[in-house]
Amino acid sequence: MSVLSVRRLAIERGGRAIVRDLDFSVGSGELVALMGASGSGKTSVLRAIARLDRSAGGQIELQGRVGFVFQFHHLFANMSALANVAVAPVHVLGRSRQEAEVRARVLLTSLGVGDRAEAYPHELSGGEAQRVAIARALAMDPPILLMDEPTASLDPARRGDLAATLIRLAADGRTILMATHDEDFVGACRARVVTIK
Amino acid sequence: MKQFCVAALLCAVYFGVPRAAAAQPPSVLRWGGDAEGGAPFVEADPNDPRHVVGFDVEVATILAHGLGREPQFVQAGFTSLEASAARGDFDIGLSGIEDTPARRARLAVTIPYYEFRERVTVRKADADRFRSLADLRGRRVATLGATLAYDLLLNAQADDGLVPVTYEDDVHPYSDLALGRVDAVLLDQVLADRGVKRNPSLMNLEKDAGIGHYVGVLAASNGALRDRIDDILRTAMRDGRLESIFRRWGMWNQDQPRLYARLSANQPAPPTGSTAATVDPWTAARRYAPAMLRATLITLALSCVAMLLAVAVGAAIAAGRVYGRPIVRFALTAYVEVVRGTPLLLQLFVIYFGVAAIIDLPAFAAALLGLGLNYAAYESEIYRGALEAVPVGQLEAAQALGLGRWQTLWLVRGPQAFRFALAPMTNDFVALLKDSSLVSVITVVELTKQTSIFAANIGSWVVPGAMCAALYLVLSLPLAHAARRIERSWRT
Repeated sequence: MSVLSVRRLAIERGGRAIVRDLDFSVGSGELVALMGASGSGKTSVLRAIARLDRSAGGQIELQGRVGFVFQFHHLFANMSALANVAVAPVHVLGRSRQEAEVRARVLLTSLGVGDRAEAYPHELSGGEAQRVAIARALAMDPPILLMDEPTASLDPARRGDLAATLIRLAADGRTILMATHDEDFVGACRARVVTIK
Repeated sequence: MKQFCVAALLCAVYFGVPRAAAAQPPSVLRWGGDAEGGAPFVEADPNDPRHVVGFDVEVATILAHGLGREPQFVQAGFTSLEASAARGDFDIGLSGIEDTPARRARLAVTIPYYEFRERVTVRKADADRFRSLADLRGRRVATLGATLAYDLLLNAQADDGLVPVTYEDDVHPYSDLALGRVDAVLLDQVLADRGVKRNPSLMNLEKDAGIGHYVGVLAASNGALRDRIDDILRTAMRDGRLESIFRRWGMWNQDQPRLYARLSANQPAPPTGSTAATVDPWTAARRYAPAMLRATLITLALSCVAMLLAVAVGAAIAAGRVYGRPIVRFALTAYVEVVRGTPLLLQLFVIYFGVAAIIDLPAFAAALLGLGLNYAAYESEIYRGALEAVPVGQLEAAQALGLGRWQTLWLVRGPQAFRFALAPMTNDFVALLKDSSLVSVITVVELTKQTSIFAANIGSWVVPGAMCAALYLVLSLPLAHAARRIERSWRT
């Protein structure tokens, strides 16, 4: 079953077409890598799917709101890791604070950063911040997790850890679409590749 | 050669010019007055505002011509006339200045040239209730600071328990009496007559509350010039020139011939009602300490509440300017520009006096509103800048999670902006603490006003100024320290 379907997507930036007639779909539990040269519009496609930017044409079919892990994480600087993960379930889904925090701790622990729950973003390493950002996105139970250049701020050892994490999440039924130019990482994740020309 | 020329020029400046100037007798008599005092004392000529008119202007002309000089007017604030005379800013101060023992102890004071009586002014409707100061127990009585009337009110405060309220000018005590903000005004009869003429609902009580005299004041070192001026005044009393001046201004009465007869015969003027004597500064400091502390509390309370108002209104304006529709943004921008582009002093006048006929605010409430709304404009600019300094990635992350605009403001953008805003906010609070001194123009006696009353009464700014500075520092330093600690704790 298709979670995300993109048909004839067109994206313009400053009046210049950067993506034209892009077609692809992502099935449930699938791990897909959107690849292409620098400037090919990988990030723009993710932002259009997340409705952070408008597309210039085409269709995006998606049930529900995506989870988005930004290249530079964008964790809320005024909140601890735990609060970053719990804030949206409380204020968007209407869950109780206690329930949201229990679930946030479970997610952080499953991603290997349970012991950093009370730390603030500026106290986290690049790899820790990224895993907190993944937990924050997953806390909303999105139908699909979008990740923009997930290996940009990681050393080789951490890239291996992240690949293992994404494979595990996909095995648990999570659907993941990532924009990357890192072929080794895509190979390690055993992800299906969609190429933007 | 060049160095020689420069040295010669400097020598000429140092030695030549003062000698040349000292060799000639002065051709003008520089006399200080306050044109804001208005007619009949000194005011700008309605037909030619470059010149001043008034009985003091004409007295100054008699004195200048008697000395073989031309009069030259120097504008000075009424409350600083004495200090300016002592500094030598002008040769003589003449602006309805009252004779007091304290003034005579500090300055060279001329013989009196006019005798007045202190008048109690009340609303006509209250004429049966209030027949003298003694009937005004517990009531607010307005006057000008640093005057004989103020001394009389301080004595009456101790004896009869009335509440003196000081003003910076002689117009608003009477307009506030008509509005019911005060229950009586005590000022000299010249001002009282003028106040009643402007406000038909008021009347002056028959019984006077004291006698006073107008004099000229010169620097203490200027005794020789004062003696020559005394001779000129005696001559003008005898030949009728002073009488004709006061007749022209409608001020001549039976008190003046008696005064002039005594002075022409070299007898002293009758005693005035002033009891303000010279006391040493330390005794005065002890005596004024409770009033200074009370004024400090007023400054603190006023500043804290006004800042809370400024923060709340400023945050709302900033949110409106960042998130609002174009019409809202336009209106809020206009508010900020109007408030920032006009003096706080003017805004206080408008809020307290200007709209008094429509909204009769108590002085303290008007002060709070004036300071709070003025600072709200400045705060809003700080918050707007701080909101816009929050990285766009933080807002996109909130959007991607599904947080609404106001949720993002409350949970993410606002708290982060607050950190950027804290340092300038602390600066603003310290500035507000000091700007709160401006509210004295609408009769709130806060720390600076109390200090100026203290200084005017003892004739020196040294001890009152030091006390005032120390009290302001006690208020502002802990605040700056606390803000620095919060900032440090956020950085780590």
